[in-house]
Amino acid sequence: MSAGKKIAVFRKEYFNAAHRLFNPSWDDQRNEAVFGKCNNPNYHGHNYELTVRLTGEPDPETGFVMDLKVLSDIIKEHVVDLFDHKNLNLDIPHFKNLNPTAENICIVIYNILREKIDPRFDIQARLYETERNFVEYPVDIH
Amino acid sequence: MPVFPHRLKFRFGIVPLRKFSPEMVYVTRLEHFNAAHRLFNPAWDKEQNERVFGKCANENWHGHNYELYVTVKGNPDPDTGFLFDARQLGALIREKVTDKLDHKNLNLDVDFMRGKMCSSENLSIEIWKQLSPHLPSGVTLHCIKLYETPRIYIEYFGE
Repeated sequence: MSAGKKIAVFRKEYFNAAHRLFNPSWDDQRNEAVFGKCNNPNYHGHNYELTVRLTGEPDPETGFVMDLKVLSDIIKEHVVDLFDHKNLNLDIPHFKNLNPTAENICIVIYNILREKIDPRFDIQARLYETERNFVEYPVDIH
Repeated sequence: MPVFPHRLKFRFGIVPLRKFSPEMVYVTRLEHFNAAHRLFNPAWDKEQNERVFGKCANENWHGHNYELYVTVKGNPDPDTGFLFDARQLGALIREKVTDKLDHKNLNLDVDFMRGKMCSSENLSIEIWKQLSPHLPSGVTLHCIKLYETPRIYIEYFGE
């Protein structure tokens, strides 16, 4: 076991995307009742803000847990370039059969990043859909 | 307790209740809407649209959280102290503008943007046209400030 101390580092990135919330197995009336204006068939959109938290021990030689430029490049290459200026329902294969709620987007992002980041680091994704609506995955267990 | 003359002067020197205030004040109300849009010129082919508008030309749309700052100017009403009740200003902006834009596709769903390029510049100008006829007398529209992202915004002063 390492005697080092764990510390969290964070990187914030942005993407702007269109989406629509609806369940294809429901009729229009039920979709309207559950998802309200978010169900608009012509879509609407958001400026999404993504914060990725990465937890680990600082490297004794660099002082970094992970170079934040490296983390930024990973997020940009695998998430932002995929999602930015896209229609989440139509352009992103992950949402072919998955409603692109903030919750599901956050889980998809986490799963994408989890595969690209060394497993010795814990990661967590926090996604702001609007300034006042945001979600986190996975949930911290205290 | 002694009463200091300068304090008396200070107290009685302030008699501000005039019949009206000639001072020009500016009141700003912030409203939000979240919408999809796409930048493209139907007179151009796909290649030219992509060259000029880049990723904003995505034919499946993209979207933003827009922030709309509406600034009006005029003299405060002597009875209320208000230029224009900010709640009423908010209700007017929602009725005439943001209810028509929120959770909509700006290219497809908005009557006052039909046939126009859906840039934030044009949207700001059209928002001005939607609001200015409905302000009460003595209240003048001064500025439409529209944030498309936290780092990109447009200002229009009706010129």
